[in-house]
Amino acid sequence: MPQPSFLVFSLPPTSRRDFLKNAGCLTIGFALLGLATEATGGPLADELPGSLQDNPRINAWLEVLSDGRVRVLTGKIELGQGIRTAVQQVAAEELDMSLNKVEVALAETDRTPDERYTAGSASIEQSAMSVRYAAAAARQKLLTLAAQKLGTKLTQLTLADGLIQTKDKKRQLTFAQVLNGAQLTDEVRLPIKLKPKNQYRYVGKAVHRQEIERMVRAEEWYVQDLRFPNMLHARVLRPANYESKLVKLDEAELKRLVPGLLKVHIDGSFVGLLAEQEYHAKLAQDYAKLHAQWTPGRTLPTGQPLPDYLRKLPNTPKPVANQGSFDTPPAAGATTLQASYFKPYLMHGSIGPSCAVALFDQGKLHVWTHSQGVYPLRESLADLLKLPMETIHVKGVPGSGCYGHNGADDAAADAALLAVATPGRHVRVQWAREDEHAWEPYGSAMVIDISARLDPSGRITHWQQQVWTDTHSSRPNGQADKLLPTQYLAQPRMPKNDGAADFSAGGYRNAEPLYVVPNLKVDAYFFEGPLRVSALRSLGAYANVFAIESFMDELAEKAKQDPWEFRLAHLQDERAKAVVRKAQEIASQQQLAEGEGLGGAFAQYKNKAAYVAVVAKVRIKEEGTVYRPQLWAVIDSGEVINLDGIKNQTEGGLIQAASWTTTEEVVFDAHGVRSRQWESYPIYRFDEVPYIMGVTVLDYPNKPPLGAGEAAQGPTAAALANAVYRATGKRVRELPLRPEKLVDEPERRQQPG
Amino acid sequence: MEADLTLHVNGQPHAVRVDPATPLLYVLRNQLALNGPKFGCGLQQCGACMVVLNGNLAWPSCQLPVSEVLHMTVTTLEGLTRPDGSLHPLQQAFIDEQVPQCGYCLNGMVMCGAALLAQDAKPNEEEIRNSLYRVLCRCSVHSRAIKAIKRASEV
Repeated sequence: MPQPSFLVFSLPPTSRRDFLKNAGCLTIGFALLGLATEATGGPLADELPGSLQDNPRINAWLEVLSDGRVRVLTGKIELGQGIRTAVQQVAAEELDMSLNKVEVALAETDRTPDERYTAGSASIEQSAMSVRYAAAAARQKLLTLAAQKLGTKLTQLTLADGLIQTKDKKRQLTFAQVLNGAQLTDEVRLPIKLKPKNQYRYVGKAVHRQEIERMVRAEEWYVQDLRFPNMLHARVLRPANYESKLVKLDEAELKRLVPGLLKVHIDGSFVGLLAEQEYHAKLAQDYAKLHAQWTPGRTLPTGQPLPDYLRKLPNTPKPVANQGSFDTPPAAGATTLQASYFKPYLMHGSIGPSCAVALFDQGKLHVWTHSQGVYPLRESLADLLKLPMETIHVKGVPGSGCYGHNGADDAAADAALLAVATPGRHVRVQWAREDEHAWEPYGSAMVIDISARLDPSGRITHWQQQVWTDTHSSRPNGQADKLLPTQYLAQPRMPKNDGAADFSAGGYRNAEPLYVVPNLKVDAYFFEGPLRVSALRSLGAYANVFAIESFMDELAEKAKQDPWEFRLAHLQDERAKAVVRKAQEIASQQQLAEGEGLGGAFAQYKNKAAYVAVVAKVRIKEEGTVYRPQLWAVIDSGEVINLDGIKNQTEGGLIQAASWTTTEEVVFDAHGVRSRQWESYPIYRFDEVPYIMGVTVLDYPNKPPLGAGEAAQGPTAAALANAVYRATGKRVRELPLRPEKLVDEPERRQQPG
Repeated sequence: MEADLTLHVNGQPHAVRVDPATPLLYVLRNQLALNGPKFGCGLQQCGACMVVLNGNLAWPSCQLPVSEVLHMTVTTLEGLTRPDGSLHPLQQAFIDEQVPQCGYCLNGMVMCGAALLAQDAKPNEEEIRNSLYRVLCRCSVHSRAIKAIKRASEV
């Protein structure tokens, strides 16, 4: 497909050329050559990933370029998780090419496979594995075609770095020569021979992400950096509160105050402010915020503890697990324990507020976005704008890390609405900090009750868990009504809360303990809470694991057992046990000073993805803060693709989850959200961040790779709470671990400075 | 209200015609097409827009009127790269330690670190943490950033 003609940037010439050429991904790799003949047998795949079943043709995933390189296409977007490097690694591996000869094209409608959302730690399992099989199939096909062209047998050919040679090296063909301008349109079908894992050069290694050099040179483009000739800058005046309606905005006065303001686009309570200069759009937004009048909007609940309020909301029950029986009375010597846990609303908190660029020209709409799902977004925009799907083109461009569903899709809808109202000019919408803080869909607050029965030997016989939660997915998913601006148009469409029907099942993710318990009952109750919510990294697993793993420590204490041994006694899965044992070993090596506490926790993400155990060592400062905890993680995510990628994701997960756990809570009053910038929603700063003491990766090269990016979130929370209990004797069951919960009031002093 | 101003950015004079009240960040990005400094909050709370003034002062550019820097030198992330294309030791250390994930806040970490190293060739961990205090990072690569600055100071 030719590059669209509107891709013109005001960027330095070299960089522009590279950017256009590579559609967002340069490759500056290290050249490593290797030879493997086709006589060697590799493992056979037994099942194709879902993404590949949906998009079965080789050229959906891989294109041979005329200059000897290949381009890999992924329907996923780079979010900082390193998916570009992972797909580059698996393709280079199967095709025996150097990494710098493999470029990667990210999610774009009508260009890359439709892989729906980049979410749920599924990119390696789906996209990278699809690329692996497509590349392996491409290899077989290229060799077969080359053998025909050269009139020789397959076993007489070698393939390396884009070149197919006869063993005597007398004759050779490049991939491009084999195909002569065509692409491989065959369907990827089983059986597929994969490269033997003991011959891997890239997979499993700590491969450098090549975009990092571009980042340090400021040559990596983010959606925020797209700058088109004649582009308009826009801000959107968001309402004063959820469901507020615009009463009055004096456009004439606004234009007098900000002469650079070009256009005010008002559709009901959706207000776009467009200017030639970005600063003038920002000024207009600042002034408009001061002068616009709104109805008060939705009244948010106050006056009682949030957990109590959420528990009393009407809800839809959803049975999650039910085995054994709870009818029998406790046997003699049995003990029971119960506890309630709470996790507040949490923010994604992307450092770069959401942004998008759109152009409506000659009946076609082009959108550049950091959305996690370009295809679903296109469907939603078609619904919003009543445009035929084929007239909309959505290109994914990396943005600031999102950690789930933030304002990205909403900003794209803002830009699309304003572009349609201003045909022929690119419109760039930049959300302000306050827009992101106040309007992003948060991770839902959750309340979790657990009760369990121990037999006299200290084994858990009964486990009953109840989870109260809002939905964990309000992604637009093809409809317009979940896009924020849709809800404020003159003819608004209000979203339906999917609640218990939410396909992601996020509320009860990890609500079933992995531990073997003969009598188990888990129920989820879906409420519609006061705040806008959607998917935040790990969804409900963060709170469910926090509750289960805190409770496991409480049970172990009741049973007078070592918490690691107690967990091991209730685990069957050998890989789970291996992770727990490694964490136990790390914990056993720690010396504790006066006032320090050591805690641990474990979970297998989604009970089917990566296994993670976390060890935390804490001490509490006089005023009650958990001061720079020391953290260790042990992770088994099956076959390792990029060792450093797993480590970096896990380190980041540990610190981010520690910030959530010790510090964070979205604050609101009756009139709306009060966490509207970083001072009212603090996250860790450098003076507070934990010490990462080590991430141990257990590699299982012959097992499938397991999603890892979200796996540390829950165990980190519980490890910290368990460590705090050991250090202080205080069992905190309501997050965050705020100072007032850790130190008794009379002892607590104000933090100096 | 626009005025002709001359800025001294990355060793070069740049003539721009802008409203003198415009924050430096918007001029660097939109007039000079420098994408190193990023918009993060516009409130001097997150450090994404950090630049180095007069060679050793890291300062957020999102609220700093461009008229205030006419007599100063401004260095952006682009300006750390030497004219021959080779990297500042801190840029190299960020590659060697594979610090960033999304990379959006990298500018703030590198610019604060560069200013620190310009003042103190051998900072200790506390000094490094203090120098990065104004920078927020949500991917949470803090511990790698601290390692990278230590590594650059050992070159």
